[in-house]
Amino acid sequence: MKRGLAILAPLLLLLLGGARAPILVPEISQHKVEVRQGFTGADLLLFGAILDPGGTRAAQDYDIVVVLKGPVQSIVLREKRKVAGIWVNAASSELRSAPSYFAIAASRPVREIVDDKTAAIYELGLDRLQLSPIGAIDPVRQRHFADGLVDLMQRQGLYREDDHGVTISGQVLYQARITLPSQVRTGTYTAETFAIRQGRVITSAVTRVDVSKQGFERFVANQADGNGLLYGLFAVVVSVGMGWIAGRLFALV
Amino acid sequence: MDIYLPIAGQSVNALFMVLLGFLVGILSGMFGVGGGFLTTPLLIFYGIPPTVAVASATTQITGASVSGVYAHMRRGGVDLKMGAVMTVGGSIGSLVGAGLFKLLQATGRIDLVIGLLYVALLGGIGVLMLKDALVALGWMKVTVPEERPRHNRWVASLPLRWRFYASGLYLSPIAPLALGFLAGIMTVLLGVGGGFILVPAMIYVLGMAPRVVVGTSLVMILAVSAVTTMIHATTTHAVDIVLAGLLLVGSVSGAQIGALFAQKAKPEHLRLILAVIVLAVALRMALGLGYRPDEIFTVVPL
Repeated sequence: MKRGLAILAPLLLLLLGGARAPILVPEISQHKVEVRQGFTGADLLLFGAILDPGGTRAAQDYDIVVVLKGPVQSIVLREKRKVAGIWVNAASSELRSAPSYFAIAASRPVREIVDDKTAAIYELGLDRLQLSPIGAIDPVRQRHFADGLVDLMQRQGLYREDDHGVTISGQVLYQARITLPSQVRTGTYTAETFAIRQGRVITSAVTRVDVSKQGFERFVANQADGNGLLYGLFAVVVSVGMGWIAGRLFALV
Repeated sequence: MDIYLPIAGQSVNALFMVLLGFLVGILSGMFGVGGGFLTTPLLIFYGIPPTVAVASATTQITGASVSGVYAHMRRGGVDLKMGAVMTVGGSIGSLVGAGLFKLLQATGRIDLVIGLLYVALLGGIGVLMLKDALVALGWMKVTVPEERPRHNRWVASLPLRWRFYASGLYLSPIAPLALGFLAGIMTVLLGVGGGFILVPAMIYVLGMAPRVVVGTSLVMILAVSAVTTMIHATTTHAVDIVLAGLLLVGSVSGAQIGALFAQKAKPEHLRLILAVIVLAVALRMALGLGYRPDEIFTVVPL
């Protein structure tokens, strides 16, 4: 009997633990970002609560990592090199899934929270992006191009990494502030929150943010894309008209 | 004051754009250049995506040249017949240029070709103009006083001669047609109006009366940039009407003031100033080819 219990107890614990992951309730300050006149970027507040499986107490010793990712795009990344004294595009790499925006915030440096393997699986970190290069490229060159892209995008404010961007209060509530600059691409953004304990991702939850042009901006973008001929004519008429009006006005002076 | 550009997809300082347009407009009215050779690089430097910068600068050039043509027309400084011939050549040239652009863009060599073309063309023309202006001002003595015919020998040998009264010329329309064709290619390839090539070529190759050169060059730039705007609007969809509008507000007024200056100033002085500007841009581009660029990596959507 005693031996039976000794075997059962860990099993029972395992079952309970597996079935009853901690509860993660993520929320985001706005699910819609409207790009319209005067848009200079947006501040998103990603917040939420993490509770123990019973839902009664604060969960213990969790780390939170928040990732906000924009729509991915296929790109050609070109690298300039000095050839015979002149800088020319010498090498290139095609990447099928480069995120147009990527921000990661954590309660502690990601390196301290998880090991390399876990970080790679969940894309935790700017050096862990899965860019899906096309064709066979050796890992060293691939790394070189990935670093180049990250550096470029970081300086444009489109890739961000904040090792202490998540604050956890009372071991229950967490919050992270993530900035979208004005030149972000429109589309559906995903905000994923990871609860990590002892190097393992215990639970995660996804919310979506819709970034779209509205009003006049939406109208102009739609016309330019879908109605090129008319849009072009309009542009020509506007510029000719403005030049003519200026001519008339100055003729009076 | 920040304004969001719907096509470029970012906010810019509206005042800065108007001011940039104004400065370029003054140059445009003064020298008969579109000013694209300044607008485009400055917009790209500001962070506007290159395709949007090229396309929107083209739209702005149209407005500035209308304003300039208007001003020159009132003073009788336009040869419409010559302008029309060059426009035909220019329109064909811009279509050919669009094809070339696509080809070079696919190989990633467009930057290099643009850079080399800029340096070679601007450098060559700048030196030629500078020397001429210095001689005209009497600041430099011509060591070999050669007898220069008014017309280029090749141009004079072309068949089928037309009279261009306003320019005071009797020559084959093939020459201005070819000139327009070349300028058309430049417009698309370099995102410039081609005025800085046209103006000297009209003076030195065609031998046009200086009084009508600037106005006529603007007529041609006007037409070709309008065609190019249409090409961009239907193929690259990169014309940002808000950006173009901001630049236009500045440049149409600048062009009027520039035209006023042009009437008051001595032509030799004008040529000297333009030569210096052209050489400065050429030098900057030449250095740019050799200096380590700001960005080693560039992203192009697939």
